[in-house]
Amino acid sequence: MGSKRDDRPAEPRQRAAVGRVRRILRRVRYYAEEYYNAPYRATIARARRDEDDLFMLLVFSEMMGVPNPASYYTMELQPLLMERFHDWHKRMGMERSPLDQIRCC
Amino acid sequence: MSAIAVLLLGLAGLTAGYFLYAHFIAKRVFQLDYGFRAPAHELEDGIDYVPTNKYILWGHHFTSVAGAAPIVGPAVAVIWGWVPAFLWVVLGTVFFAGIHDAGALWASVRHQGRSIGSITGDLIGNRARNLFMVVIFLVLLMVNAVFGVVIAKLLVANPSSVVPVWGAIVAALVIGQCIYRRKMNLLTVSVVGVVVLYALIGVGPYVPLELPDSFAGLPANAQWIVLLFAYAGIASLLPVWALLQPRDYINGLQLCIGLIVLYGSILIANPAIVAPAFNSSVPASAPPIVPLLFVTIACGAISGFHGLVSSGTTSKQIDRETDVRFIGYFGAVGEGCLALAAILATTAGFASIGEWQNLYTNFGEAGVNAFVDGGAALVSAGAGLPESTAATLLTVMAVLFAGTTMDTGIRLQRYIMQEWGEMYNIPALKSVQVSTLVAVGTCLALAFGAGGLDGSGGMLIWPLFGTTNQLLGGLTLLVLTVILVRLGRPMWYTLVPMLFLLAMTLYALLVQLKGFYLNGEWFLLGMDGVILVAAVMVMLEAAGALRHQFREQRLAS
Repeated sequence: MGSKRDDRPAEPRQRAAVGRVRRILRRVRYYAEEYYNAPYRATIARARRDEDDLFMLLVFSEMMGVPNPASYYTMELQPLLMERFHDWHKRMGMERSPLDQIRCC
Repeated sequence: MSAIAVLLLGLAGLTAGYFLYAHFIAKRVFQLDYGFRAPAHELEDGIDYVPTNKYILWGHHFTSVAGAAPIVGPAVAVIWGWVPAFLWVVLGTVFFAGIHDAGALWASVRHQGRSIGSITGDLIGNRARNLFMVVIFLVLLMVNAVFGVVIAKLLVANPSSVVPVWGAIVAALVIGQCIYRRKMNLLTVSVVGVVVLYALIGVGPYVPLELPDSFAGLPANAQWIVLLFAYAGIASLLPVWALLQPRDYINGLQLCIGLIVLYGSILIANPAIVAPAFNSSVPASAPPIVPLLFVTIACGAISGFHGLVSSGTTSKQIDRETDVRFIGYFGAVGEGCLALAAILATTAGFASIGEWQNLYTNFGEAGVNAFVDGGAALVSAGAGLPESTAATLLTVMAVLFAGTTMDTGIRLQRYIMQEWGEMYNIPALKSVQVSTLVAVGTCLALAFGAGGLDGSGGMLIWPLFGTTNQLLGGLTLLVLTVILVRLGRPMWYTLVPMLFLLAMTLYALLVQLKGFYLNGEWFLLGMDGVILVAAVMVMLEAAGALRHQFREQRLAS
């Protein structure tokens, strides 16, 4: 595209051209994906969070006195979900942690 | 007069508006600050508040505000001649819509990205906020009813567009599955999607589909209206990724292609405008140009609906406060360009003035069909497509727009109804199914109630829709004026448009009230009455709020 003649042999020149096309495509794809996702990001993220919240309830249900036949398995997940526990109980409208065993705030 | 000259004049006006007036407003009135921490950063949560690239944000702000309304309004309004419509679109966009849209966006950015309705509650009072909700509900109700009627008319007039229109919905459903479930590459899918859409448009004229003349006592037009509302109801219940998201995306691409084709065709064909500059022989059924012009063209000049988009979603994603000018004001300019294209298609797309007059024999009758006919003649002259294909192309463009607005509208109506269910504790209204049914039912009642069983009179609601929309615009401008007065900034740039808009709206409502009374259209008379009450209440709120502000300021000084 420049006014200078490219004196490099054919192969590197082609490789550079392919690289340029790839870069342009990547840029176009970024814009297309953003354009596709941005308007609905909130709705979809909220739906996903609702599902996650239900999962939290399942995992911590035994502690709240709700029998859960899968508690033997979900127990293992508790430490993994600890990080999200505080946000979760706040979102569920409980200012303080509802569980005596877990004092996050 | 050459269409190119008018086109360039219009674009020059809009460009000057963006570079001069918007610059002034951004600097002196809104005083946009690059360093201000926008809600997208302040409250970033990865869900609602996400900083977004300004070009992308402009893209979907523009596609959510641009719909069939900036096509229908100008297409109806050119009955008074092209000059009044042209002037109102250009001046309205520059001095009304731009500042309204950008202002709503700015106000929301300065109030944690909240909606104008909730800001109204804080600044003016709860009564004003409730009024806001009622007006929004009325706007949605009317826009859904009118668009149902518009689409039905288009599908009856152009049977060749039936296959591409419904095919596009199937294509969108497939695209949704491909992307969400199969995680396919978006670029490939979009190229395939666009190719399929245009292939369907090419096939359409060979497989025209018509509904039976009468089914269960309903004529074809009415059958389409019922089918469309059934579709809109179902579509509004589906998860957004299944239909809404892919269809909006394809629509956005289609809008760009359609605008390029239309503008390109005008530039290549350079048709002459056959319609009169000022129509001296306006049909007797047409209402007076002042004030009706200002409510017939709402979207495309100024539309209160934009404020909802600006302050509901866009403001939560804006990266920098300075982007307000580009996204808000330039979004309005984009819509003005669409309205300009509609004016040119409906005035320059005909061979002679006789042909044009034949179409514009009654107020509200030609509308979007004139856009399709005129636009098809332009596209076939400019781009060399067969006229039937060009007509299918434009019908599909208009129908898909109107369809998107319809199911989004039903969804929003449902949200409002559910909120009312919460507020007044009516358990039935809280349920998704019941509220959707009520939303669809009220829209259907309006579509049929306005014009008998065949639903053909639904277009009579168009100016009423315009008045409600302007009322909403007036409310937003009121909130903006109150904010500016509080900050001690110049208020005339929002106050004058507000006064003009409210005066025209009130005047139009009274003119229409008289018309409905004389014609014995009692249903529409009732609707007009409801909107009139809302308008008077808006004005009282406006006067009260401003007086309060001025008094406080006087006391402070």
